[in-house]
Amino acid sequence: MLDNLTARLARIVKTIRGEARLTEANVQEALREVRIALLEADVALPVVKHFIEQVRVAALGQEVIGSLTPGQALVGIVHRELARLMGEANAQLDLAVAPPAVILMAGLQGSGKTTTVGKLAVFLKAQKKKVLVVSCDVYRPAAIEQLKTVAAQAGVEFFSSTSDQNVSDIARQTLAYAKTRYCDVVIVDTAGRLSIDEPMMQEIAALHAQLQPAETLFVVDAMQGQDAVNVARVFSERLPLTGVVLTKLDGDARGGAALSVRHVTGKPIKFAGTGEKLAGLELFHPERMASRILGMGDILSLVEEAHKQVDVEQAQKLADKVRKGKGFDLEDFKQQLQQMNKMGGMASLMDKLPAQLAGQINPAQLQDGRQLARIEGIINSMTKKERAQPEIIKATRKRRIAAGAGVQVQEVNRLLKQFEQMQQMMKMMKGGNLQRMMRNMKGMLPGMR
Amino acid sequence: MVAASSWAARLKAGLARTRAVLGSDVGTLFGRRSIDASLFAELEAALLSADCGVEATSALLEDLRGRVKQQRIEDGVALKAALKQALTERLAPLERGLDTSAHKPCVIVVAGVNGSGKTTSIGKLAKWLQGRNLKVMLAAGDTFRAAAREQLAAWGERNGVAVIGQQGGDPGAVVFDAVGAATARGLDVLIADTAGRLPTQLHLMEEIRKVKRVIAKAMPGAPHETLLVLDGGTGQNAIAQVKAFDAALGLTGLILTKLDGSAKGGVILAIAAARPIPLLFIGVGEGIDDLQPFVARDFAEALVD
Repeated sequence: MLDNLTARLARIVKTIRGEARLTEANVQEALREVRIALLEADVALPVVKHFIEQVRVAALGQEVIGSLTPGQALVGIVHRELARLMGEANAQLDLAVAPPAVILMAGLQGSGKTTTVGKLAVFLKAQKKKVLVVSCDVYRPAAIEQLKTVAAQAGVEFFSSTSDQNVSDIARQTLAYAKTRYCDVVIVDTAGRLSIDEPMMQEIAALHAQLQPAETLFVVDAMQGQDAVNVARVFSERLPLTGVVLTKLDGDARGGAALSVRHVTGKPIKFAGTGEKLAGLELFHPERMASRILGMGDILSLVEEAHKQVDVEQAQKLADKVRKGKGFDLEDFKQQLQQMNKMGGMASLMDKLPAQLAGQINPAQLQDGRQLARIEGIINSMTKKERAQPEIIKATRKRRIAAGAGVQVQEVNRLLKQFEQMQQMMKMMKGGNLQRMMRNMKGMLPGMR
Repeated sequence: MVAASSWAARLKAGLARTRAVLGSDVGTLFGRRSIDASLFAELEAALLSADCGVEATSALLEDLRGRVKQQRIEDGVALKAALKQALTERLAPLERGLDTSAHKPCVIVVAGVNGSGKTTSIGKLAKWLQGRNLKVMLAAGDTFRAAAREQLAAWGERNGVAVIGQQGGDPGAVVFDAVGAATARGLDVLIADTAGRLPTQLHLMEEIRKVKRVIAKAMPGAPHETLLVLDGGTGQNAIAQVKAFDAALGLTGLILTKLDGSAKGGVILAIAAARPIPLLFIGVGEGIDDLQPFVARDFAEALVD
């Protein structure tokens, strides 16, 4: 649907070209297209109405500056208003209270609370906080067991609760324990609940009163539909929320729920969750989310992610080599593949590219980690000299490498060809032409021909 | 088996909120009012708010306008009946019962995105099958998520149903073992759980295709049913999910869950138009009996009553 919105807005640009001023008449049809696109992106109907009105007011009488077409000017306004509605800057967690600072999680069933607890724990641990997690989900079978496993993966302390316990007893014992252990942060997972389930809503309101959390985070599935607006309203009426976490953003849902929830609760969206790996938690950037919805891609997030996951020293070495325009060898190629894997593989990268760019890549050809592992195997079967000077690899060496890696000679050939193209790309990067580089990436990634 | 009247009541109760929106709003709309443009505009808003989607909503309203002209409908009450009829006709092709009797064991694979309610639905489905005097086994094919096996095991215990599973390891291997075990014990139905996955995670989509291939190896012709579990609260992305899972696995049916909340599940109308795959069951509550076969007329009626 991202492509849909982009395509629609592109069409708008065409329809209202060549007028000097945005008027009621020339934005009317364009706004109808924006409305449809937002509805298809699952933004709740009342929010869409409100938003369209805002854009109309902001747009009317606006002069079309310089070389912009009226369409482009309108797209600019839509983007700006979209970002504004989702909150202007990213809001950090506020844990400045007498420790332990409590974070309470709330949300519907299956919105991703427990996974988010694990991700938050990893996030806070990286800031040198001592984290304790506890589950107050005494209803769903094995929910406590799940959090225990997640805590072990995150490498943080887990406070044992059992499903025959009372929720308020668990809370009391956890707080007492956290104090004796001098924990900085306690993250409290709760059972998923329907907003119309009165006893369950009372339970979490009571839990909130008892815990006095520094942060109360509402977890929302990015795929949620129109109902997001109702659910968010009830939760924010019953609980003094301090922020929102948007999950499953690695899917292809446009995440219109982000707009709806932000509009109803008035609370900042603090994090965006992607993927099941515990490193998949990003600060939420309204600017970028607006760009994503408008199909402008999320290059900034991509850069940030690359920075976080990639070994800086290694990258520096690589950059030096690239700058020289030569010396990029198979060893570097291998390291790059490994770093790419760390960043969540190709699919996750593609998601952040602008729609027009991503559209050029056939998703069926995107290969999984196993393909990368094969390539790594082939490179591992080469001698150091071969890795540094691939041009010396001729028929006999190819046969040996193929046998060593357990692959066909053709695969070795293919890898060498890909590497050669990669080298060319590196030279191009010297020129800094990102657009052209991305277009050329198609032929260079494993499995893409 | 639950008596017909009581399940109809339960379905209505489960869809009460849907009715509250599409009912009371629309209900008051219908009244004795004459039919004009504003009535249609309000009807459109109600359908859109129920996640029916832009396309399906305008198609339905177009259909309704045609009926108004053709049948010379003049008041709200008759319009409501026409809307009900139009909805039923659109949903009826999705109606299909689950019949497991042709195979022994009948192997059912259950797939879906993360948090859609797969494991819970499997528990309810097992109970439903047991109510028909069928012997059921569960396979814990979600070897990825923390404690997924334990969750299924707990359900199995509650149902008195055997659960085959192992920690970690390959989902294909678990399911292969389970097919063997179910055949050896002469059971009627084997339900295989799988890990939640988003259609954008191509390697995971490849993995679940493999699970299906492995089942076919263990028992030629199996799996006999490949079901997708959809969260009733999901918006238009549900269509993309149905398309992607159908392309990867060849779906034979859907289960729509979590209709006991304030979500309306109207996206099924859009699915009926875009990729009509039978909707076997709807989940209308947290209780183990709250999985009901989908009946188009009842669903349509619950929507507009």
